[in-house]
Amino acid sequence: MSQPVAPATGSGRIRTPLPFPTAAKPAVADPQLRANLHRATRTIRAKRARVVDEVPDWEALRDAGSAIKADVQRRLPELLEQFEASVTAAGATVHWARDAAEACRIVVALTRAAGADEVVKVKSMATQEIELNEALEAAGIAAYETDLAELIVQLGEDTPSHILVPAIHYNRAQIREIFQRRMPDVPADLSDEPAALAEAARAHLRRRFLSARVAVSGANFAVADTGTLVVVESEGNGRMCLTLPETLISVVGVEKLLPTFTDLEVFLQLLPRSSTGERMNPYTSMWTGVTPGDGPQDVHVVLVDNGRSAVLADPVGRPALSCIRCSACLNVCPVYERAGGHAYGSVYPGPIGAILSPQLTGVADNASLPYASTLCGACYDVCPVKINIPEILVHLRQQAPHPPAERAAMGVLSWVMRSPRRWAAALRLARAGAGPLGAYRMRRTGARTLRRLPWPGSAWTRSRDLPLPGPQTFREWWGKQ
Amino acid sequence: MRIALFITCVNDLAYPGTGIAVTRILRRLGHTVEFPDRQTCCGQMHANTGYRAEAMPMVRNYVDVFDGYDAVVAPSGSCTAMIRDQYPRLHPPATSVAARTYELSELLVDVLGVTDVGAEFPETVTYHPTCHGLRMLRLGDRPLTLLRQVRGITLVELGDAEECCGFGGTFALKNPDVSTAMLTDKCARVRDTGARVLAAADNSCLAHIGGGLDRHRSGVRAMHYAEILAGASS
Repeated sequence: MSQPVAPATGSGRIRTPLPFPTAAKPAVADPQLRANLHRATRTIRAKRARVVDEVPDWEALRDAGSAIKADVQRRLPELLEQFEASVTAAGATVHWARDAAEACRIVVALTRAAGADEVVKVKSMATQEIELNEALEAAGIAAYETDLAELIVQLGEDTPSHILVPAIHYNRAQIREIFQRRMPDVPADLSDEPAALAEAARAHLRRRFLSARVAVSGANFAVADTGTLVVVESEGNGRMCLTLPETLISVVGVEKLLPTFTDLEVFLQLLPRSSTGERMNPYTSMWTGVTPGDGPQDVHVVLVDNGRSAVLADPVGRPALSCIRCSACLNVCPVYERAGGHAYGSVYPGPIGAILSPQLTGVADNASLPYASTLCGACYDVCPVKINIPEILVHLRQQAPHPPAERAAMGVLSWVMRSPRRWAAALRLARAGAGPLGAYRMRRTGARTLRRLPWPGSAWTRSRDLPLPGPQTFREWWGKQ
Repeated sequence: MRIALFITCVNDLAYPGTGIAVTRILRRLGHTVEFPDRQTCCGQMHANTGYRAEAMPMVRNYVDVFDGYDAVVAPSGSCTAMIRDQYPRLHPPATSVAARTYELSELLVDVLGVTDVGAEFPETVTYHPTCHGLRMLRLGDRPLTLLRQVRGITLVELGDAEECCGFGGTFALKNPDVSTAMLTDKCARVRDTGARVLAAADNSCLAHIGGGLDRHRSGVRAMHYAEILAGASS
């Protein structure tokens, strides 16, 4: 092992190029996008609620999932070494990557060593995080996404906007338009029926599967005691990638470990019901190193840190590493539903992204994300591993750089409110100042409200009237008793 | 039982009617309620915006003011949730008084064992369960249980009731576009009900939704449910 080094922050597609409020503007103003997201998130969350409600021990399962992940975080170094030993004994090779750039270099070198200039890809958040497709392209290697939604996004020269449903921001008509524009062999009269779109993608992808020599995947779980990797998917395209090519490279975040194979029992119940709203996952692929004469014979695992050790070092923020990427928190989040995934500027959008991205990069680099939430708590209620997202959001707001004017205002208000005497005086002053204004508005408009204020009050009055204090405060009423 | 009223800073200044209503309800039920006037604010806005150090003096003041009472009642789900959920972590000596701090419906239903407070309110009302009361305090249907006993009231169900209105404290100012989009949808659901009154357990959320309803001249009045419960039956 090398010398101990302070945990580095992560790189890749996990930083907001624009502050969240600015980045959310176009989405909020796009009625088609709002309608697509509204319909899609409501459908998935109703399905999830239905299949979760029918599990009598759901809360016990959540507790178990949360406890297993906490245990992994407590003894991650030990489990990583156990995993490396297990998977090496099974005939695979383990590579360690400190950050996104190092992980990409390893995958490029392995692909070149296999003599390939193209790879087929299984849907994977880790490879999106490290911007692997861009790195491969820069090295002259073509990367073909094979997950239907990732394919749509790739053909549309777009980026994913949801963890599970990367093309959630498109409707059927928009997808047909992308296929007609970017698939040379697509029928001219392609309909926008889901079956027809899936068939077009199937025909497009089949040739890739048969010719590819290298596949790149992520993993949902990496089992320390057996060295088994697990990919959970719905379409079977992942299964094609994981079995047909000669070389298989899996890029896995270090937090994906589970101690034992039997721990999968908990997570394979939690994940499908939370993510797609299915009772059982359709295609669960598991492989342990190399099986002679069956499947890929050249198997590699790239274990990626990319800021995770820094997250691990913070006991309050650490549970963010328990995330199993189900996206239940996105589907239930009223902010995500209006702002869309792109506003978060990271491959991890929604509530989990708002706590994960700033921790991976350091909060100063993603300072607007912890504030991209009303702290309504809907995310915490649905999280299958019980990540207290609102608590971590507040914790990160504590670390975020605060605007000087806001800091000054908060300081003054705190100085007033910490003293019963000053607070009582401030109440009298506010009532005396605003009371007559309220009475005037009452006479003029019949309501004790303001309709327009200068900045920063305009952020409020743009869409809501502001109530003004009445003729007496509560304590004045009480005093007259 | 010594019951103290924690009015909350927003109510003291802008919604004295809610505090008057709580006082009337408790007196009507034969209880004495005290108002210790050294109370200020629970510190939620500071703590939740990332100013924990600035919130701490308010947390300590709350303990000093209220620790001697058997029960503290606050007409706010959000402030009660701040005290019960965050105080023990922020300031361990607050643990005891935090556990004795109740949102109004908890005090009435759980502590005093009352569901009929003897009120009359002949209006069509819809109820919005505010987020912190719903998901942090788990108020469940306590406020609705109280409202169902009110004479003359017609309660109508609010669509997507459990969805946040988009207020979120400083969120409404920091993310005005998203906040407004959420508010627009909430106001539409409120108008869909045809109710003339929107009731909730938090005047801050009601200022937000009510401000949106007023802007569109909807004619729907936003009202703390305590003020409905205070309406005396003749």
